[in-house]
Amino acid sequence: MKPTDTSNPEYYHKVVDCQYACPAHTPVPEYIRLIAAGRFTDAYMINWESNVFPGVLGRTCDRPCEPACRRGRVEEEPVAICRLKRVAADYKDKEDVSNLIPKGPFPKNGKRIALIGGGPASLTVARDLAPLGYEVHLYDEQIKGGGMMRTQIPAFRLPESVLDEEVNYILDMGIDTHFKTYVSSLKEILDKGYDAVFVGTGAPKGKDLKLDNRELLSSNVHIGIQWLASVAFGHTTKIGKKVLVIGGGNTAMDCCRTSRRLGGDDVKVVVRSPFDEMKASPWEIEDAQHEDIPFHNCHNPKGFLVQDGKLVGMRFEIVEANYDTGKRRLIPTGEIVDFEADDVIIAVGQENTFPWIEKDLGLEFGEWEMPIVDKTTFQSTHPKVFFGGDAAFGPENVITAVAHGHQAAISIDLFCNGADLKDRPHPMTNLINQKMGIHEWSYDSAVVNDLRYKVPHADKKQSLKDRKMEVELGFDFDLAFQEAQRCLNCDVQTSFNFDKCIECDACADVCPTDCITFIENDDEADLRLKLKVPALNQTQDLFVSETLPTTRVLIKDENVCLHCGLCAERCPTAAWEMEKFLYKTAKAG
Amino acid sequence: MTYIKPAFRHPDLQPNAIGFHKKDYEGAISTLCAGCGHDSISSAIVQACFDLAIEPHKIAKISGIGCSSKTPTYYLGQSHGFNSVHGRMPSVATGAYLANRNLKYIGVSGDGDTASIGMGQFVHAIRRNLNVVYIVMNNGCYGLTKGQDSATADEGSISKKGQANPFEAIDLASLAMELGATFVGRSFSGDKTQLIPLIKAALSHPGFAFLDVISPCVTFNNNKGSTKSYDYTREHIEATGTMDFVPFEQEITVDYPEGSSKSIAMHDGSIIELSKLANGWDPQDRMASFMKIQEARIKGQILTGLLYIDPETKDLHQMLNTTEKSLNQLEANVLSPGLKSLVDINNEYR
Repeated sequence: MKPTDTSNPEYYHKVVDCQYACPAHTPVPEYIRLIAAGRFTDAYMINWESNVFPGVLGRTCDRPCEPACRRGRVEEEPVAICRLKRVAADYKDKEDVSNLIPKGPFPKNGKRIALIGGGPASLTVARDLAPLGYEVHLYDEQIKGGGMMRTQIPAFRLPESVLDEEVNYILDMGIDTHFKTYVSSLKEILDKGYDAVFVGTGAPKGKDLKLDNRELLSSNVHIGIQWLASVAFGHTTKIGKKVLVIGGGNTAMDCCRTSRRLGGDDVKVVVRSPFDEMKASPWEIEDAQHEDIPFHNCHNPKGFLVQDGKLVGMRFEIVEANYDTGKRRLIPTGEIVDFEADDVIIAVGQENTFPWIEKDLGLEFGEWEMPIVDKTTFQSTHPKVFFGGDAAFGPENVITAVAHGHQAAISIDLFCNGADLKDRPHPMTNLINQKMGIHEWSYDSAVVNDLRYKVPHADKKQSLKDRKMEVELGFDFDLAFQEAQRCLNCDVQTSFNFDKCIECDACADVCPTDCITFIENDDEADLRLKLKVPALNQTQDLFVSETLPTTRVLIKDENVCLHCGLCAERCPTAAWEMEKFLYKTAKAG
Repeated sequence: MTYIKPAFRHPDLQPNAIGFHKKDYEGAISTLCAGCGHDSISSAIVQACFDLAIEPHKIAKISGIGCSSKTPTYYLGQSHGFNSVHGRMPSVATGAYLANRNLKYIGVSGDGDTASIGMGQFVHAIRRNLNVVYIVMNNGCYGLTKGQDSATADEGSISKKGQANPFEAIDLASLAMELGATFVGRSFSGDKTQLIPLIKAALSHPGFAFLDVISPCVTFNNNKGSTKSYDYTREHIEATGTMDFVPFEQEITVDYPEGSSKSIAMHDGSIIELSKLANGWDPQDRMASFMKIQEARIKGQILTGLLYIDPETKDLHQMLNTTEKSLNQLEANVLSPGLKSLVDINNEYR
C-alpha cells in the first residue's frame, strides 16, 4: 500500500465518523466537548452555522451520525448525539445567540433571488445568502415559515416556540416573505426578473391507497401528511376512538401518536413489512410502543369495509416475507384479517409534484417526473433555477435539506458572480496539537465506560391529553455532561510522524484495541488479514506510514481506535501526536 | 489523563482455548518511561501466556528490584506475584517452587538485579535447575538510578554522559551455559516474532530456562555509542534461526527445506520448530553452541534465538524426589506423620 496522505482533508474527515456521516458535516465532537464544558451558546453556534436548526434537529433529526458513531462499534449504543444537540439549544443564552447571529440590514449587492417553499432547504439558502447582500424573496402557501417542520412534525415532538425561534433567526435577517402565496407558475416568478430561483417545495403529496370501496369514502379516510398539517394548524382537533394507521415510516408513527392525543383509544399501526424492516426510526417506534400502540406487521391492506356508506373497518391479508431470490418478496398466505375502524390514516409514502412548473421553460424532467438536477451544483437544466431538499431528489429528511440548501446557496452565489459552478470552494480545516504536558492533553482523553443515558420523558397520562405537550424533556445538566463524556473525541487525530519513530513497539503494545501493527508492506487485501487483529471492516481506512528503517511500515486500522491518546502518551519520541482536526464545509461567499 | 487504560478491547478478539480473553492476562498500565523495552517484553509475556492458554491463576511471577522487577505489575494481573528484595528473586522463586511445583514460574530480573547484587543467587538457581523461566531484561545500565553502567554493559559502550565503559561485560548467556543451564536463549525486546515463541518454549521447558533479552533503556542508554540502543542492537543482531513453537494439540503445517530446520520435541508434547538455521547450528550440542556464542561475541554480533536446549533435563523436584503435591494440598497427617514415624526414623540411626 502507498503511504497515507493525511494532508488531504478528507482522510481525517472520514475518521470523524459522525461528522462524515452527517449530510451537513456538523463538527459533532467539537460541540459535544463544548457541552461538557458548559459552553452551550458556543456549542449552539457551531451547530447553527452548520445545520441552521439545532433546536429542531436536536429533537427530530434522522441522526445518520448515530449509526456511524464509533462508540457503537466498541459497545452497544452510540453517543446520543442528537439529544446532546438539543441540550445546546435548550441551555444556550438567547441574548448571546442573537448577538452572534449576523444582523441586517446588510449592504445590498444588487442581486435578487426567489425561494419557492418555506421549508428547511429554502430557509438555509436564505440564511446563507442574505448576509451577502442578496435581496431574498421567500414564497410559501402557509401562514408561517418552516415547511414540513411545521406541518408534518407534531408539536409533542417539536414545540412551536422552538421552531418559531429558529425560523425567525433567519427571517429577521431581512427576508421578504410572501406567505399565504401559492406559487402556481414558475414562469410568473421568472418574469419578475430574479437573478436566480430556488425551488424547495418538498414532497408535498401523500400517497393514497386505491383499494376496494375507497371511492365510497370521502371522510374518515385521511392522507397522513395532509392530516398532520391540518392538526398542526388546528383545523382538525378530533379523531374517532378506533384508528388504523397504515404504513411503517416515521409519518405513520407521528400519525398514530397524534391520534392517541385527539381521542383515539384503540390506535393500531398496520404495516405490510415485517417489524424489523419497518422504515421508521427505531426510537420513534419505541416511543409509539410506549404509548400503547400495537403494531400489526405483515398485513397487506386489501380494502375498506363500508356499512351504510360509512367506514367501519379495513380488510388485510397476511403475507410472509421470502428472501429466496435475494430480494425480499411478500408472499400472500390467503389468511384474511379484518380490523374495525372509525378512522383510517394512510401514511404509505409521499411524492413530489410540480404542476406549477411549465413544461416549456427549458427545465427538463426525467424519470418519475422529477426535474433533472445536478448532484453537486443543484442546478436544473434551466440555468437560473436551482432545486434542493425533498424537491431535488425525492423525500429525505431535514438535515439533508439543509445540506442541499448550503450547496445550492454556494451555486447561486457563484452563478450570480459569473463564476464556474463546478469549481467548488474548499473546506476550512485546522489541525492543533493537544499536548499540554507529559500526561496532559487539552482534551479529556479518558474513555468512560458509561452506557447510553436515556432522555427523561414527561408523564404519559399527562402528555396523551395535550397534543402540544412535549414528550421528551431533554437531558438535564448532569445527564448531558455524563452523556457528553461518552464521546470518544474522534476528531482528535492520532498523527504519525514516521521519521521520528524508533520502532520500540510501545504504541502497538499499549493500544487497548490493537489498532497498531508494524509489518512488512503488502497489498491492502493481504495486509488487512495480516494485522494484529484482522481489519475486516472495509468501510474503515488503514493508515499506512512511510517505510521505516527496519523496512516495515506502521499500519493503523482506524476502525475501533478509541482516540485515548495512549499511543502518543507511550511514544518516547513524539512520533505520535494527538492533533485536533476541525473541518468546516465551505459556505457561500 | 494519566495512566488510565480504556476498558474496551477490539470486538473481534476471540478467547483462547480455555475461554480466557487476552485482557485476562494483562496487568496495570505501565509506569515505566515511554518506549521502554521492558514494556515490549511484558506484552510478549501476555501474548505467550494467552496463546498457551495457561490459566492465569496457575502462574506465579517473582521479581527483585529495578525497572525490570517492576514489570510484573504490568502483566498477568490475575496471577500470583511476589516482588522481593534486590537480587533475591531466585531465593524466593526456589522457596515458592519447592512449596508448589504445579505452578508455572516466571522470574523477572534485570542486569543489575542478576549480574551484580544477585549474581550469587542467580548461579545457584541455575545449578539447582529450578523449573523457572528466568528472564533478564538487559539494558546495560542502572535505569532506576539514572543510568550508571551495569555489569552487562559492553566494554567501550558509551553512556549518555559520554563516558566509555572501561570494564569487560558479563555475558549472562555464556555464564548460564557454563553453569549447565538446559535452556538458554537470547532475544531483543524489539523483535516479538522471535521473543514470543522463545517465551512459550521456555514455559514448556521442564527445567531452568534462561532468557537474556536486550531491552533498550530509552532514557539513559539509547544514545549514539551505546551497544544496548535500539539502533545498535538492530544493526548487530544475528539470529541463530527462525523458531516456531507448536503446542501439543496442534499439527505442524509448515515444511522447511532439509538441513536448515530441526524439530525438538518437548516433554509436554509440544514441539519447537526451528528453521532457517545458521549453517550447521545444532542447539542441542552444548559444546558447539558454546563455541558459536563465543565466536559471535568476538565478531561483535549479538546472537539471538534459541542458543541451547536439553529437553531431557531433570529439575530440582526430580533430583530431590520430593512430593508431587503442593504443600498446601497435603493433609496434616502427611505433613506431620506423628510420634511413631519419628521413633522409626530415630531407630534407623541407632
